[in-house]
Amino acid sequence: MNNAIEAVNLSMYFGATPALRDVSVCFGEQKIYGLLGRNGAGKSTLLNLISNRLIPTQGSISIDGAPALENDYAQGKIYYMGEKNLLPDTSTVRDLFRWTKDFYPNFDKEYAARLAGEFGLNVKKKLKNLSTGYLTIAKLIAALAANTPYVFFDEPVLGLDANHRELFYRELIENYAENPRTIVISTHLIEEVADIVEQVVILKNGSILLDKPAEEVKSMGYCVSGKASQVEQYCAGRDVLSIESLGGLKTACLIGKPDALPNGLEVTPLDLQKLFVRLTNA
Amino acid sequence: MQFDFSSEVPLYQQVAEEIEDAILSGAFEEETQVPSTTEISTTYRINPATVLKGMTQLTQEGILYKKRGVGMFVSPGAGARILQKRRAAFYEGYVVKLLEEARKLGMSRQEVIELIKGGSQDEQRN
Repeated sequence: MNNAIEAVNLSMYFGATPALRDVSVCFGEQKIYGLLGRNGAGKSTLLNLISNRLIPTQGSISIDGAPALENDYAQGKIYYMGEKNLLPDTSTVRDLFRWTKDFYPNFDKEYAARLAGEFGLNVKKKLKNLSTGYLTIAKLIAALAANTPYVFFDEPVLGLDANHRELFYRELIENYAENPRTIVISTHLIEEVADIVEQVVILKNGSILLDKPAEEVKSMGYCVSGKASQVEQYCAGRDVLSIESLGGLKTACLIGKPDALPNGLEVTPLDLQKLFVRLTNA
Repeated sequence: MQFDFSSEVPLYQQVAEEIEDAILSGAFEEETQVPSTTEISTTYRINPATVLKGMTQLTQEGILYKKRGVGMFVSPGAGARILQKRRAAFYEGYVVKLLEEARKLGMSRQEVIELIKGGSQDEQRN
């Protein structure tokens, strides 16, 4: 497929330890993806492989149809905002922006300056003197302003306070709406991105567990609550994610759609976080 | 506008209903422009594709129409169309739920009817 990043049968071993096992996934169509998974599930490894910071043990990656490996032109289409700092920490925020402009010619300096103003980021400060939150903000701004067709955010709100998180998501959507592109957000904070992402990809132990439109994920299951005995009876023979009891009351989360629901049981929507925890439990 | 992110109603449906509510209340008048997809999605931090899906539904129902290169507008007669649609859905959406809750509380039909009558008297007094 053109205009997409495609990974086919990707495997990555660190020594004998598999970090990714036979992963095939596609990021494209100018959608916003949520890449979810527990610590060590392989999220960063996948992004590192795509952006050529790691060499896969097996499998292939293409960017808009061209091989991703050792291909500066193809790699220039991706901006990867990750944990690692690629600049010496004595550089200033302004250096970071200048450097980004050198590597990504479409970097929008005015836009970056405007965002810095909105976040209250002092561009004259050295990276090493920034708080965790402001260091993240500096990197987020560089990523938003780089104007690449593909942007990866690895834990984009690390250390951000609630106001800055809101501001970031707002700027992200505005940026996306004005200039649609393919965005991958790798995060643990499912609830926060649930309404922003269009497609959800969940990794578990180095494999793809789920790759679905966000709307379908929400309707994958439901919860019922009511009298313990009635809930138990209803759950028998059904695909149950979890049961919680409170006195004589029980609430069960199930996969599928409610059917033949007896009187007295109440149906509520599935909690995404619960679904995620349950699906990704070993 | 208010969105309930934990609701079982799909988000795009909620977007459509919120726009309808704004039309019914007169906030969005007929033949005037409604906020753009971008405005709604940035303000409420919802994926633009979701907002677009809600707006597309309203366009298909003839409640909104598109002016090429300008944006989305409220169709003439949109208010009446929404009323008609909502009235048709009133029984399933409200009456059935009301009776269900009444049954749970052990209330008779007659009691419910009396309450409705009482409620409408309150309304008249106001």
